[in-house]
Amino acid sequence: MSRLTSAAVIEAEEIIARYPRKKSALIPLLHLAQAQDGYVADDAMEHIAELLDITPVEVLGTCSFYEMFKREPVGKYLVNICTNISCQLMGGEELLHHAEKTLGIKSGGTTEDGMFTIEDVECIAACTEAPCMQVNYRYAGRLDEVRFDKIVSEIREGKLAIPAHGNLGDVKQHIPQERESGIKPPEQTEAPAWFVRRMSESESEVTINANK
Amino acid sequence: MPTNNYLPHLDGYVDNEGPKIVTSRFNDPNNYKISNYKASGGYQALESALDISPDAVAAEIKDAILLGRGGAGFPAGLKWGFLPDVYPRYLVVNGDESEPGTYKDRLLMEHDPHQLIEGCLITCYALGIETCFLYVRGEMALAQERLAQALNDAYAQGYIGKNIYGTDVGIDIVLHWGAGAYIVGEETALIESLEGNRGMPRLKPPFFPAVKGVYMKPTIVNNVETLSNVPWIVTNGADKYKEFGSEASPGSRMLAISGHVNRPGVYEVEQGEVTFRELFYGDNYCQGIRNDGDVKMFIPGGGSAPWFFEEQLDLPLEAKAVGAAGSMLGSGAIVVMDQTTDAVKACLRVVRFFARESCGKCTPCREGTSWEEKILQRILDGAGRPEDLDLLLDVGSQISPGDYPKAAWEAEGLEAVPFPPKQTTICPLGPSSVAPITSALRRFRPEFEAKIAAGRTTVGASS
Ligand SMILES: Cc1cc2nc3c(=O)[nH]c(=O)nc-3n(C[C@H](O)[C@H](O)[C@H](O)COP(=O)(O)O)c2cc1C
Ligand code: SF4
Ligand code: FES
Repeated sequence: MSRLTSAAVIEAEEIIARYPRKKSALIPLLHLAQAQDGYVADDAMEHIAELLDITPVEVLGTCSFYEMFKREPVGKYLVNICTNISCQLMGGEELLHHAEKTLGIKSGGTTEDGMFTIEDVECIAACTEAPCMQVNYRYAGRLDEVRFDKIVSEIREGKLAIPAHGNLGDVKQHIPQERESGIKPPEQTEAPAWFVRRMSESESEVTINANK
Repeated sequence: MPTNNYLPHLDGYVDNEGPKIVTSRFNDPNNYKISNYKASGGYQALESALDISPDAVAAEIKDAILLGRGGAGFPAGLKWGFLPDVYPRYLVVNGDESEPGTYKDRLLMEHDPHQLIEGCLITCYALGIETCFLYVRGEMALAQERLAQALNDAYAQGYIGKNIYGTDVGIDIVLHWGAGAYIVGEETALIESLEGNRGMPRLKPPFFPAVKGVYMKPTIVNNVETLSNVPWIVTNGADKYKEFGSEASPGSRMLAISGHVNRPGVYEVEQGEVTFRELFYGDNYCQGIRNDGDVKMFIPGGGSAPWFFEEQLDLPLEAKAVGAAGSMLGSGAIVVMDQTTDAVKACLRVVRFFARESCGKCTPCREGTSWEEKILQRILDGAGRPEDLDLLLDVGSQISPGDYPKAAWEAEGLEAVPFPPKQTTICPLGPSSVAPITSALRRFRPEFEAKIAAGRTTVGASS
């Protein structure tokens, strides 16, 4: 679909400025593209390549390695059900089958109305709350069929305002220019002046609790 | 304000009323806000660190024997000592937590983002590092938002950036996030990913991060929990830290206990003070196995760890003891399985994880893990062949050759599988896939054989 919007380009430039090497901003920029369109469009990848001075195929190479990046549209809500060991022990696979039946799709598929995509995923770090899932990367745990159905119907009815797929949250890091100390590029090879000075003044017997 | 709580907040932390080091602020639900963190003494450790010399801070951490909490358990102070006298140096925080069963770094990032930030700042100060990258797993939306907010507030209030606490010290912290790939948790893959590449591990040597890390510059990679311990140690001193835990493993660990226990959860536990049995059955801990059942097996340290059985229940929760018994505490992930668990199915599930997550760089891992998965799947599906068990071990020995695993299996009466395994691969992911197989086969071979035999009867009957 689309290249990055001008608002996204401003955000992209802020992100790029935080890294000594532009290419380091690639994954964050792919997330920006996915937040904009719900997936990573080809045009967006070309645009990112231009912003980072790399080739589109380098962008694709990185993009295709990571599971979160979707290169085709998915449902507005991505339902990731964990079936890894802790969840499997507590009924994760049964939950997955129930979800497939309820939504009428197989893992990897999207409902006809474009609302839901189901994925069978690896551990999402909520193992003690098994079986669990994420909807657009927001957690729900200790699930059973009833709770699953309730979440799905609340989403359908608009009662759970989970942002659309791609949006990982509205709070972003901003480093105010006047506060930034200066992110160090690898070319700048001298030791920090404060470090040199403090190390030369240091007396080896000082210990942390000396002033206590 | 973080806006990620659309679903009821999911939280596995259980307060076991024991000593607390890293979870001391977890009972305040608003602790992630800078005002609350400061009200409970936050950022004072940084202030006192700035009052003493960087090498004294590093010496204190070294003296505390702060063991890495990311899996390998290497002492942080020793690792820091490997830095050559080359600049710039970088600090990379490993917040990519995705080892099966592991669930603690996410809680630390969500509940106490400032403690982690303070730990990073002190570490940077001690090592002459001016730039820190905080790499958070992509799927952890709330952790990213909490950290972004915490960083913004700490920059605004003068704890990060230029002239920290009005001194000449300047340190920047950049929030970075991933996009879903278990292997990126391996430190050299993490660095590749941070450089915008496919997350494939680098060969060590020569690419030891402390020497050639991010942008080929000296880089310290530490786990979230490791760094979250730093402010406490600076405030209270190494001696006080060593009053907790055992001699070889001081302090505490956050352990996630999942599976068939009555009260699963994330507990902060003093190292070496508690045994697996107390942890599984104790009133302050997991309160027993569900339905009054028995433990059939348990994974003591994440999907990569060889399994333990009832006879290991009385081992203390401490790296040395667990290591001597042939496994590892790894990332602090304990998965308990009761008598109803199908050993073949559980084994397949862990192996399938490694097959899915292999980055594909080395042939033995890329091909071997999917072979292992296929063979186990057909055994489970009733299409196994009698020769499959030897084939499984043979495939395993292509990934980690030598005594482990085949000869170890053949040698009767062997107490434990040698660990860590040898490897034909660049990183330990491939060899990790062999641990569940040798564990399950050593113990439950008849279960595998029964499935194969039953399958053959069915095939015979229907043809
Ligand atoms: C396959 C693999 C996955 C890993 N995943 C993680 C992880 O998710 N988090 C982590 O902190 N360490 C992980 N590690 C360990 C890191 O390579 C590294 O040892 C660790 O981050 C160092 O920090 P520490 O010394 O503070 O523990 C992993 C290692 C391997 C081989
Ligand atoms: S062992 Fe597996 S995961 Fe590790 S580098 Fe080789 S192929 Fe990649
Ligand atoms: S195993 Fe499902 S969240 Fe960890």
